[in-house]
Amino acid sequence: MAQILFYAMAVVALGSAVAMVTRKSPVASLLYMVTTLASLAVIFVLFEAHFLAAIQVIVYAGAIMVLFLFVIMLLNLGHDYRKDLKGGLAAVLSLGVSGALAGLLVSHFRASAPEPFAGRIRDSGILESLIAEKGAVGAMARPLYVDYVVAFEVTGILLLVAVVGALALAKRRV
Amino acid sequence: MTLDFSTPAHYLVALLPELVLSLWGMVVLLAGVWKKEEEGRPSADDLGTLSLVGLLLAAGANGWLYTAGSTGGHGMVTVDEFRLFANWIFLVAAFLSISISFTYVFRQRLQAAETYSLMLFAVVGMMLMGGSHNLILIFLALELMSVAVYALAAINRRDRRSAEAGLKYFLLGAFSSGFFLYGIALIYGATGTVDVLQIQRVVIQGEAVAGLLFGGIALLAVGFAFKVAAVPFHMWTPDVYEGAPTPVTAFMATGVKAAAFVAFLRVFLVAFDAVYETWYSVFWWLAAVTMVAANLMALVQSNVKRMLAYSSIAHGGYLLVALVAANETASAALLFYLLVYALMNIGAFAVVVSVARQGEERLQIEDYAGLGWQKPALGVFLTVFLLSLAGFPGTGGFMGKIFLLQGAVDSELWVLAVVLVMATLISYWYYLRVAWYMWMKEAPEAEAHAGVMTSMPMKVALVTAVGLVLFLGLFPSVGLGVAERSVAALFEAAGTMGRVIP
Repeated sequence: MAQILFYAMAVVALGSAVAMVTRKSPVASLLYMVTTLASLAVIFVLFEAHFLAAIQVIVYAGAIMVLFLFVIMLLNLGHDYRKDLKGGLAAVLSLGVSGALAGLLVSHFRASAPEPFAGRIRDSGILESLIAEKGAVGAMARPLYVDYVVAFEVTGILLLVAVVGALALAKRRV
Repeated sequence: MTLDFSTPAHYLVALLPELVLSLWGMVVLLAGVWKKEEEGRPSADDLGTLSLVGLLLAAGANGWLYTAGSTGGHGMVTVDEFRLFANWIFLVAAFLSISISFTYVFRQRLQAAETYSLMLFAVVGMMLMGGSHNLILIFLALELMSVAVYALAAINRRDRRSAEAGLKYFLLGAFSSGFFLYGIALIYGATGTVDVLQIQRVVIQGEAVAGLLFGGIALLAVGFAFKVAAVPFHMWTPDVYEGAPTPVTAFMATGVKAAAFVAFLRVFLVAFDAVYETWYSVFWWLAAVTMVAANLMALVQSNVKRMLAYSSIAHGGYLLVALVAANETASAALLFYLLVYALMNIGAFAVVVSVARQGEERLQIEDYAGLGWQKPALGVFLTVFLLSLAGFPGTGGFMGKIFLLQGAVDSELWVLAVVLVMATLISYWYYLRVAWYMWMKEAPEAEAHAGVMTSMPMKVALVTAVGLVLFLGLFPSVGLGVAERSVAALFEAAGTMGRVIP
């Protein structure tokens, strides 16, 4: 059952990702993107990463996508149907690169399907006991706020810089 | 003091220069809006001075870090001398770029607080990029630096070309970030870690999954090549450098490039040292093509700013030679060259800003006719910078190229060394053409250069840059000695360089 669901969701995610790129209307693209993100959330649930799935739905499919939609509608970009996809060499090149990457991943996971990292990453047993002890959120908090605290803080500065830059470029009076 | 990265609080010490600069960036932002406009806000010059003070504080913190050592495993950042030397380069580049932008910001009515604070934040990104050996942090730092510079490129709201430059840089930069991130993901898949030192260990032990590893290396290389503007990933460079406000161009051509090269060196020479054979030939071609193509394209430019943009691509090619050589001499040469390059390139751009009347007006090479006789000091300075960029004996640029050549010869890269020399010879033509216009051509009228303006901070920056370029040209051992020690610290910590060059 889980297998069937996984493959169904994978096909939906991939298909709507492709449709998102090829659609001409920004609104249609956006809706396809929501579909991709939502089906990814289902896949997370299948992997028993419930917390990640919830975050995915709330933050991406919920907040960020709605924001995108608002911006597109506020700026009145919804009716630009001109075809802007490049054909020819660019298409061949991009398909070639993505095909090569896909081939790389497929050949790799076919060769060593069950255990890609050969026990080099943290033992899954430790992870399970950690989750049992602290819950999914607690198990996630430690790496986020201890091991990766520098990266976490730098992300904060990155967001600040993005806001400052956006304001400097977009405010009405200079 | 000894830092122990198992205690998170010690990061506060290890990241002191970055912390100081981040806080100072916020201080500059707040100072810009502290009072109401009619009550006398701090002027653009005050804000510029304030940010220079912040850079000096960060420099103090950076100097102090030399006394710190680290123990107890390794965290996300290092405190080796390599990082500290790289920090000096970024600080010098930022200090000079801010010094030459005082009058420009005022005359073009740029948003002073935002401009200066974005520059400070960009330096934070550069420092983290050079000082981290965790790929995730390197990526975040790259983004921090890039987002700040995207905004800086478009900061002149009254100039269409500036907006175009910002948009172009943003789109292509975001595209290249995608490659970079995908590369990191593949490398994690191959090795199970994102820490540069651990990747090195896994790769040496031969436990890395070969296909994923090489795919990851290729994508990372594309991401870095975009940032250092190596041909054929250079398409954005001339337009962006030409359209961006000139002081920002100076900052981009030196600081951003230096940060990308420092991280490039750390990732490839530490993490992927054991698989040198797989990537070395790709970079060999990148370096050769970049040197030849960029110099040829620079030959036909009549716009001085655009010529300097192509020249900066060409210099990226020279620096790639050091990466191909991949030995200690070449790495030390890379650091030395980045420092000299920051000095001479910002110096040249400073004169361009002056001649352009602190704007974007007179950028054609004809506008420099007779400049040397009417403004002798500026003429002499620009001549020194151009000679140094070309690599004339007695200047820092010459010594930098000699050290790069030595590094290439040590790795027996004969052909690449010859290409470097030939490319340098081509470059003499377009650098000296500007000097020729300045000294040998008559000015069209007696008062042709009356509008050339040089503010006090810019004069200080020019004199400092000229002095340092000549000093490093005449006494290169001072700078090179420090660079060699820094590189030795990097390789000692990593324990690499046991490889035999094929």
